[in-house]
Amino acid sequence: MADPILSIRDLHTYFFADEGVVRAVDGTSFDLYAGQTLGIVGESGCGKSVTARSILRIVDRPGRIVSGEILLRRADGSVTDMVKLPADGREARAIRGGEIGLVFQEPMSSLSAFHTIGNQLIEAVRLHAPLSKKQARARAIELLAMVGIPRPEQRVDAYSFELSGGLRQRVMVALALAGEPRVLIADEPTTALDVTTQAQILELIRSLQRDRDLAVILITHDMGVIAEMADDVVVMYLGKEVEKGPVDAIFHAPLHPYTRALLRSIPNVLAEPREKLATIAGSIPHPFARPRGCPFHPRCTEAIQGLCDVAFPETFDVGAQQAAACHLLNKPAA
Amino acid sequence: MIAYLTRRVVLAAITIWAITAVTFIILKLPPVDFVDAYVAQASSTGSSISAAEADALRAAYGLNESYLVQYTKWLSLVASGDFGRSFEYGRPVTEVIGDRLWLTVLLSLGAIVVTWTMALPIGIYSAVRQYSWGDYIFTFVGFIGLAVPSFLLALIVMYFGLRLFNMSVGGLFSSDFALAPWSWAKLWDLMKHLPVPMLILALPGIAQLVRIMRANLLDELRRPYVMTARARGLAERKVIMKYPVRAAMNPFASTIGYLLPYTVSGSIIISIVLSLPTVGPLLLRSLIAQDMLLASTIILMLGIMTVIGTLLSDLLLMWIDPRIRLGQLK
Repeated sequence: MADPILSIRDLHTYFFADEGVVRAVDGTSFDLYAGQTLGIVGESGCGKSVTARSILRIVDRPGRIVSGEILLRRADGSVTDMVKLPADGREARAIRGGEIGLVFQEPMSSLSAFHTIGNQLIEAVRLHAPLSKKQARARAIELLAMVGIPRPEQRVDAYSFELSGGLRQRVMVALALAGEPRVLIADEPTTALDVTTQAQILELIRSLQRDRDLAVILITHDMGVIAEMADDVVVMYLGKEVEKGPVDAIFHAPLHPYTRALLRSIPNVLAEPREKLATIAGSIPHPFARPRGCPFHPRCTEAIQGLCDVAFPETFDVGAQQAAACHLLNKPAA
Repeated sequence: MIAYLTRRVVLAAITIWAITAVTFIILKLPPVDFVDAYVAQASSTGSSISAAEADALRAAYGLNESYLVQYTKWLSLVASGDFGRSFEYGRPVTEVIGDRLWLTVLLSLGAIVVTWTMALPIGIYSAVRQYSWGDYIFTFVGFIGLAVPSFLLALIVMYFGLRLFNMSVGGLFSSDFALAPWSWAKLWDLMKHLPVPMLILALPGIAQLVRIMRANLLDELRRPYVMTARARGLAERKVIMKYPVRAAMNPFASTIGYLLPYTVSGSIIISIVLSLPTVGPLLLRSLIAQDMLLASTIILMLGIMTVIGTLLSDLLLMWIDPRIRLGQLK
């Protein structure tokens, strides 16, 4: 396989609050290839969004990348470590939007209500290309047409609150692609949308990926979206990567009890009427009270007393591409 | 947009009408009507007013007729610019208010400009650098500014002005110019006197607006659209100035409405302490002396200024907030 466009190596992003340190991302590593989709899946608060923001170096204070590498392979073949760049420096800003575009989950509040969508699009276009205002406006209209917005010549002067949720999310995609990035990170792009619109937005992302050979990171809590879109999957729990592998392996031979629990909680059309949907017992622990040992052990049905609540499991490779961090996989070689 | 504008203008007109009614009630509040008060005042100071003159006044204001007729007559006189005579000063009201009116407006507008130009950058700094040393210092100074009554501040400034710089900070003119006709030298003299009272008048407003700006901007800084702007590669400074600051500006625009009359009525004590020739002290004296035609004129002016200020701030809000312009927010 070709070299990855983006390699995350042992990324740690912590939030230093008065009450203590929140380890939002605690050792994540993955590779992203052109034309491929990597799904990052997990419950709310597991560090998915912070991973996305870390990659772009836009983590809000008091958050900070503590260690790790974010290696971006540039168009000329050189490799840049985003962690080493000053966050507000010229180079990091050129990469933001220019190499890596980001689509957020809330299309309503992710656009400024005080500026027309054209104003924001033209700004994004001109940040990454030396175009006149007039040329940038023409480009903005092209972008709107590209993401399937009807009557783009008129919509360019509209405000976000004049558009429907689906159209707003299309504008967000146009905005993320305005700088012609090679990597697109979509952070829960369909969460705030109704089911029909969700399918349309996913289809849009897929067709844009085909046309431009985009590398896509799709962040979601929805295993259905992962099944439909992803080539590879990273499952996160409390900032830790618990399992990763190709999408088929994750769905057909999940290794980690958390992955299995997530899969059980997908509604199934074949289920008996009134059958109760499986849920994961308990809730995500408070970020300041992270359990000792494996963070998932208090909710895990297969936890081993005296082991899982004491030591954090190492990561075991199973097969060529799949790996999970779980004590259950530590079987003595027989 | 047209609907919003029309509604505002119609509401303003209704409010102004209501203000004239209230002013008329205030005019009629003293148990003795103002012509009798005028006659009594005149006789106590030795001069006299002929019975014919008093009757002419009573007829002009319709004092022997129903309240409705009185109100109509007074309103039509006021509407034609005839505010009557001040009995306390023995001169027409317009003449007594005279220069004081535009000096007041000058001082008020100056204070508002000072308030904005100080509060805006300090508020932005305090929010963006939340919990920094600078933020703590501005917060501390701000709370002192809110807690210390401005007249006390005025006294302190006067004391130190006199002791340390041997300058008199009272008044708006040096004694040489106070009664002199207008000239360039007098204007320059006014310019030299303006900054200190302007600053003292502005201080409570600054302290208040810094807190408002800081709180609003802190709210806005956490919004996703700020993150989106960063994600497209916009420099941090531009991100903040273009998006969240713009959104946090709304309360600034809304303050014009009450700042305008506040600097007149809220500043009476400061004006007296600093002996400023503005409308404030005049209002106090006219009320004490029950010089009702003068008092009612000033009250009417204050009321209309508030309405105009509010209308201006509504227009400004419409200009800066497209949601209002396009009828999304009521």
